[in-house]
Amino acid sequence: MSDHNYVPSSKLGKWFNDRLPLLSLSSHLREYPTPKNLNYWWTFGGILTFCLMAQIITGIVLAMHYVAHADLAFDSVEHIMRDVNYGWLIRYFHANGSSMFFLAVYIHIFRSLYYGSHKSPREVIWIIGMIIYFLMMMTAFMGYVLPWGQMSFWAATVITNLFSAVPFIGESITNWLWGGFAVGNPTLTRFYSLHYLFPFLILGLVILHIWALHIPGNNNPIGIDVKKPSKDTVPFHPYIVIKDLFALLIFLILFAFFVFYAPNLLGHPDNYIEANPLVTPTHIVPEWYLLPFYAILRSVPDKLLGVIAMFASIFVLVILPWLDTSKIRSAVFRPMYRQFYWILVVDVLLLGYMGAMPAEGTYLLIARVATSYYFIHFLIILPILGHKEKTIPLPLSITEPVLEDSTNKELNN
Amino acid sequence: MSDQKKPKRRDFLFTASYAIGAVGVGAAVWPLVDQMNPDNSVKALASTEVDVSSVEVGKSITVLWRGKPVFIKRRTQEEIAEARAVKLDDLKHPEKDEDRAKNPEWLVMLGVCTHLGCVPLSDKGDYNGWFCPCHGSHYDTSGRIRKGPAPKNMEIPKYEFVNDNTIKIG
Repeated sequence: MSDHNYVPSSKLGKWFNDRLPLLSLSSHLREYPTPKNLNYWWTFGGILTFCLMAQIITGIVLAMHYVAHADLAFDSVEHIMRDVNYGWLIRYFHANGSSMFFLAVYIHIFRSLYYGSHKSPREVIWIIGMIIYFLMMMTAFMGYVLPWGQMSFWAATVITNLFSAVPFIGESITNWLWGGFAVGNPTLTRFYSLHYLFPFLILGLVILHIWALHIPGNNNPIGIDVKKPSKDTVPFHPYIVIKDLFALLIFLILFAFFVFYAPNLLGHPDNYIEANPLVTPTHIVPEWYLLPFYAILRSVPDKLLGVIAMFASIFVLVILPWLDTSKIRSAVFRPMYRQFYWILVVDVLLLGYMGAMPAEGTYLLIARVATSYYFIHFLIILPILGHKEKTIPLPLSITEPVLEDSTNKELNN
Repeated sequence: MSDQKKPKRRDFLFTASYAIGAVGVGAAVWPLVDQMNPDNSVKALASTEVDVSSVEVGKSITVLWRGKPVFIKRRTQEEIAEARAVKLDDLKHPEKDEDRAKNPEWLVMLGVCTHLGCVPLSDKGDYNGWFCPCHGSHYDTSGRIRKGPAPKNMEIPKYEFVNDNTIKIG
């Protein structure tokens, strides 16, 4: 790429760059050739970077006021809300930030699924992304436990009890996770420690994710390789930077709406009741972003198989690049896949809704059908579809479809 | 170098070094893993004595033992009869009520659903016993699982009657 021949203009810059090529890196990031047909679904990488940094910064600040102890945690959160200067703002930003983070990551993942960004040669980017997603879920879960409200306590109980499904050593594992015989103070303090650690692991993986992205370069809406960089790409700066910033501003409007006008809409009122190990809230549900997995867990009548199904639903995503056998990346040229894609979107939304409803009667039946379909989509439909589907012919280059429709063809040439 | 099959003195040294190194790493990691297990202060809270003289027939109390709720239920004659009339073949986790409640009037068990650890609600569900609101498990008047995702009956902790009015759990 262009950075190989980069030479800093100043003498000092050259001296430094010969010893640590940070200026070359910066040049690479600015010049990085980006397909010129990227649409707004490609702006969520930047939005996610913002979300991660915002969570880390607000989190570090909250940690200055929060007390990780079963007797004090709940009160310290109220102290943040009432006494600490701007504490309410910082905490609402952090709490709603996790929801916005997941909203952005789901759009980012479904964009990959639509345009085939998980396919060769981008499998490693995808797998790193899935590890990030898994760590995000763990981080969010542990963060949700820290206020030590009723939902915190019982979410911790239910999720850690998933491991009790492991044959023979299940009880030892749960006691090890709890540091006791039930969720208690030792559980809270270790969750606090790990909740602080994991975002930095995610940050490291994000760097690898971007590094891996910069080897083959971005996928694009028509999913074909860049043929001629001079015609098909634009430099990352300023073109993509400005576009990402504009999308981020729009995203921040939604973010600000939640923080300032509906800060508790995505939370649960029961979490404003202090944790009580003697009483389980009558209807416990996880945060909205975990609901589809919760629905899968509950739709299997056997405890161990339910837990296996839940983890399998994430694992099929990890091996997706090898389940999706089609050589064509973008759904734009895959008429059949496009239908199945939207059915999957509806299926996952339906699973999310069922996860919020009681697990009985019709709800349970629908959840079971939706769970089955989820696995059928990945394990049966995708492998077969790649061989059977009649795809639409691909354009010759990224520039071709643009120029064909263009009235001022000669101007562009 | 030509004869790859025959292990050399150097190969032995490599293998021995790796093996010793692996043992060393394992020994260093174990304290870091074991520190998460229940510590001595947690284990020290092993038993609780409960005064049950104020519990009326048909009522139950809930006490905390090792961070977990324990149900102490003084059962009515109908509830005992119902629990004892159940055929073992109908049970997912077959246990006789006689074995679960040594003194039939008193049922002492962990109030923890064996599915994912919620606290079931008493006098609810299809079997007049307990019902777990989290994922819909139904327990009978002996605390045995009858319907729903839980795999086992609610656990009976180690307990004894110190005298007529006091139960020692643990």
